[in-house]
Amino acid sequence: MLNDSFRFTPHITLEFKIGEKDFFIAGESASRVKKTLQQLGMKQDIIKRTAIIIYEAAMNVAIHANHGTLKVYIDPEVISIITEDEGPGIPDIELAMKEGYSTASHEVREMGFGAGMGLPNIKQCSDELDIDTKVGVGTTLKAKICLNNKN
Amino acid sequence: MTLGELSETLGFEILTGDTNLKREIKSGYVSDLLSDVIANIEPDSVWITIQRHINILGVAKLKDVAAIIIPRNLQLDKEVIEKAKEENIAILRDSRSAFEISGLIYNALKKGM
Repeated sequence: MLNDSFRFTPHITLEFKIGEKDFFIAGESASRVKKTLQQLGMKQDIIKRTAIIIYEAAMNVAIHANHGTLKVYIDPEVISIITEDEGPGIPDIELAMKEGYSTASHEVREMGFGAGMGLPNIKQCSDELDIDTKVGVGTTLKAKICLNNKN
Repeated sequence: MTLGELSETLGFEILTGDTNLKREIKSGYVSDLLSDVIANIEPDSVWITIQRHINILGVAKLKDVAAIIIPRNLQLDKEVIEKAKEENIAILRDSRSAFEISGLIYNALKKGM
């Protein structure tokens, strides 16, 4: 369900399915989008920020949710990154946005994930961030990078 | 300084054959937290970490890391090494600690510049 500020005609759409504990897809999808942006001649800063958002958002789905999708829309003015998942939801978004706060399992943390840096990293790299979550149902994250204001 | 020169100077064990040995190295990063690496590693870097599961390759690929360096001679699965070759990421190993390895690389890169 996209709200008005996210409604536009995408020129390029990339879509990935993310399974539970499917960590590899995060790197894979971010690499694929990165390559596409490089081919489009996007600026380094834009590519870097997009890749970080995709990696962290996809990783959040892989770590916390049962399954989900990642969609990336690239159009002349904006890159939109949207993850939708079925999962536990986020009970306290303010807390989840705090650097270092994590609900990831011990096992996941031992692998170097779940450092509590995901959402803060996403926020830092986004021009707009919108998180819609329902406990016990799932989470939709929408991040936007504007292509004509920064740099 | 190329990865090959760096590796020879400091006596690292190369696990991935010729992969990236001619690539120019400009910097390095030491971290076991993948989000930290994703956010902060610079281009043309080596990454020193004790993480050895297959997902480190996703991070390395995304950030175009030239080589992952594993300290303390920690063991790696063959699967990870094979996948690294496929993805064009070098994996090196050394008996010294991450602290020592990063100090040595730092000095070598400083001299080489």
